[in-house]
Amino acid sequence: MLDFTQPRRIFLTLLLIVGVVLALPSLLPSKFVASLPDFVPKQTINLGLDLAGGSHILLEADPVQVREQQLEKMEENVRASLRDADGVDYGEISRTGGRLSFTVADQSQVDAAREAVQGLTTGAGLTGQRDWTIRVVDGTRFQMTPSEAGIARNLDDAMATATDVIRRRIDELGTREPTIIRQGEDRIVVQVPGLDNPQALKELLGQTAKLDFKMVDYENPPEDTQAGRARIGSQVFPMDDGTGNIAVRRLGGISGDSLTGAQQSYDQDNRPVVTIQFDTPGGKRFAKLTQDNVQKQFAIILDDKVLSAPVIQEPILGGSSQISGNFTVDTANNLAIALRSGALPIDLKIVEERTVGPDLGADSIRSGGIAAAVATFAVLAFMALTYGRFGLYANAALIINLLLILGIMSLFGATLTLPGIAGFVLTVGSAVDANVLINERIREEQRRGRRVIQSIEVGYKEASRAIFDANLTNVIAAVLLFLFGSGPIRGFAVVLVIGIITSVFTAVTITRMWVAGWVRRNRPTELHI
Amino acid sequence: MKLLKLVPDNTNIDFMKWRKPAVGLSVLLMILSIVLVATRGLNFGVDFVGGQMIRVTFVDSQEAPVSELRDSVGALGYGSPTIQRFGQPNEVSIRMRLPKEAEGETGAAAAMTKSIVSSIQAEYPKARVDGVDSVSGKVSDELFQKGTIALLAAMVAIAIYIWVRFEWQFGVGALAALFHDVTLTFGFFALTQLEFDLNIIAALLTIIGYSLNDTIVVYDRIRENLKKYRKMEIGQLLNLSVNETLSRTVMTSLTMVIVLVAMLLLGPDTIFGFTAAMTLGIVVGTYSSIYWGAPILVWLKVGPDSFVPLDAKPGAPGKDREGYTS
Repeated sequence: MLDFTQPRRIFLTLLLIVGVVLALPSLLPSKFVASLPDFVPKQTINLGLDLAGGSHILLEADPVQVREQQLEKMEENVRASLRDADGVDYGEISRTGGRLSFTVADQSQVDAAREAVQGLTTGAGLTGQRDWTIRVVDGTRFQMTPSEAGIARNLDDAMATATDVIRRRIDELGTREPTIIRQGEDRIVVQVPGLDNPQALKELLGQTAKLDFKMVDYENPPEDTQAGRARIGSQVFPMDDGTGNIAVRRLGGISGDSLTGAQQSYDQDNRPVVTIQFDTPGGKRFAKLTQDNVQKQFAIILDDKVLSAPVIQEPILGGSSQISGNFTVDTANNLAIALRSGALPIDLKIVEERTVGPDLGADSIRSGGIAAAVATFAVLAFMALTYGRFGLYANAALIINLLLILGIMSLFGATLTLPGIAGFVLTVGSAVDANVLINERIREEQRRGRRVIQSIEVGYKEASRAIFDANLTNVIAAVLLFLFGSGPIRGFAVVLVIGIITSVFTAVTITRMWVAGWVRRNRPTELHI
Repeated sequence: MKLLKLVPDNTNIDFMKWRKPAVGLSVLLMILSIVLVATRGLNFGVDFVGGQMIRVTFVDSQEAPVSELRDSVGALGYGSPTIQRFGQPNEVSIRMRLPKEAEGETGAAAAMTKSIVSSIQAEYPKARVDGVDSVSGKVSDELFQKGTIALLAAMVAIAIYIWVRFEWQFGVGALAALFHDVTLTFGFFALTQLEFDLNIIAALLTIIGYSLNDTIVVYDRIRENLKKYRKMEIGQLLNLSVNETLSRTVMTSLTMVIVLVAMLLLGPDTIFGFTAAMTLGIVVGTYSSIYWGAPILVWLKVGPDSFVPLDAKPGAPGKDREGYTS
């Protein structure tokens, strides 16, 4: 039990040194660390948002809306494809019950129509399934239903695009090291450290930024427009400022997809507006639209609300335009960012937000650090007073243990959260417990009349069993905490798991090595413990 | 130098003499806790019921205008807020649950947060928002579910582990001890109405771990003594085991209490509930491993036979049930 071969001693000591070296960058001032040569490890521990300050935002898409859009898009494609197909007469395409259906004039056209729409479907999933299933019922009626794999892939594509758009938008804000991760099927986690204005971030993330220019439809009866009813080929949208509705023509407009740029600027009356630039085809279409409709109104529609409906005074040929609305400088700026980074393919809603201001975070670090230091110091004093030399061994092991946890966390880039600091404190408790168990057992064996070396050997051996059982059950609790916990709680579990492993190592193996060394050198005949 | 000894050598306290009143007290406290939780309920934080909590510092004033805030935030139509002082007198936390009808709505919590924050900022331009927790009904349901699963799974997994390592009686005893500690902690939160949030789940799991640590140390000694003193009467054996491990129990509990009191007095206010729960849990956990976990072994008829290879006993499964080798 007390035999440690030379290589084993060297190996263990090296392990300790590596651990401590890994921990140092996190403890030393960052300027000093940066001045060190390159071969020195420089990873420091990440501070969680609750300590560093910042925002954690969970966004969720509505799968029903995604499915609705999938049908809408397919409807357009089917219409275009059937129009181009030779000799197919088809009726109205309906979008009810989660599927598309339409009828062709007679059975001789079924094959041609099938061929036309078949080309619109693609493979999805691993089983060779198509993303849409096509059935013909009653001889001439087509039914197109998105398959499960098709729905899943569509949602997946939309979420992937949305994640990219969110990333571009946050990059525009110029914050450092944002984290943007997809979570599950329909969620995106955004974490942005140290932010001055979390409100602006939230507004930017919550904005879909789907921009459309559509011509105002004067022929829809005004009372229908106000009641939200539109005639065929038209749509009704509410005004953004709540002053009623406007009817617009469905087709013949221009969408925001063809933008190349957007900036906040001012109009001639010095009100904030957003100036946008179209790409070449978009600019041409915009020029044609304005040429054909001089002295008519067109509506600028953002996220299904009409920002404004100016009258076209003269053709706009330069490929750029101004969007006016009820903007402040901030909201205009936000809209410009949102337009530049593209529209979100789906609406995202904020379902969870955790924001910690930098002052609160700094406060937590300070008071958490003081508490941890006082607690550790008190425990060290207590141990030294109770167990003398063996207490000092335990204390040295404890300090190394704390450094090891820090080192391992830096190595894996783990995040230290506020509950994580509490985890450190608890690790102090359980590491001390291991040494208490050992030392009490040594005392006991001595009382029973065993000699020094034997007491130490039996003490370590008998105590190790309970230490092992106790720590393993704690690992079980900590792993479950990690699996089911969220956010900062996981930080707590991480510290706990690492701490349990390192504390068994330092409190049992390392102190044993030191005790063995002492016994070998001094051959004590009497044990003061 | 004379070393510190908190528990003198050869201490022999007759713990088991007080076994029956102690168990009675435990049962009483557990019933009381359950009644408290049932009647007063737990003061769930936004993590578990949905809603929002913001922390605001009124930078330019000595004291936060609590009653004015209550009126102005209450007038927004979400119900009446819970406003608590937090750290300095000019720091408050304002908590508001989601109204019942908005629990299923995805964006409701975010909209509520926005309206409350902007109303405060309009009225008090010098107010600084230090923290926002805003949780929608769906997410809070998930967090609640996950928290419950974590607690139950931890208890069951640990009981199974003890059953495998020791004997089934010990597994039952450990589970009973855990149940005892968790119930009393719930009772404490129902009594004090401290906010019950995600951090408290972490505290509960840590209490489970600690209490178990204690129970295992005592059980390990009972197991050892059962093999060593095969003729000893069980009450006497439990007493011996508890006494032999007493100095360790006192040392460890004391260091934990030192650590936790330091956290409680000096640590950040945001984890006050967490450390309070932990401190209570340490006391209750230590008590339960002596007076709750051990006596249960008597009723479950643990005896020296429990550790004899059972193929010596007729009709028992022929398996070495010693449980461990050392």
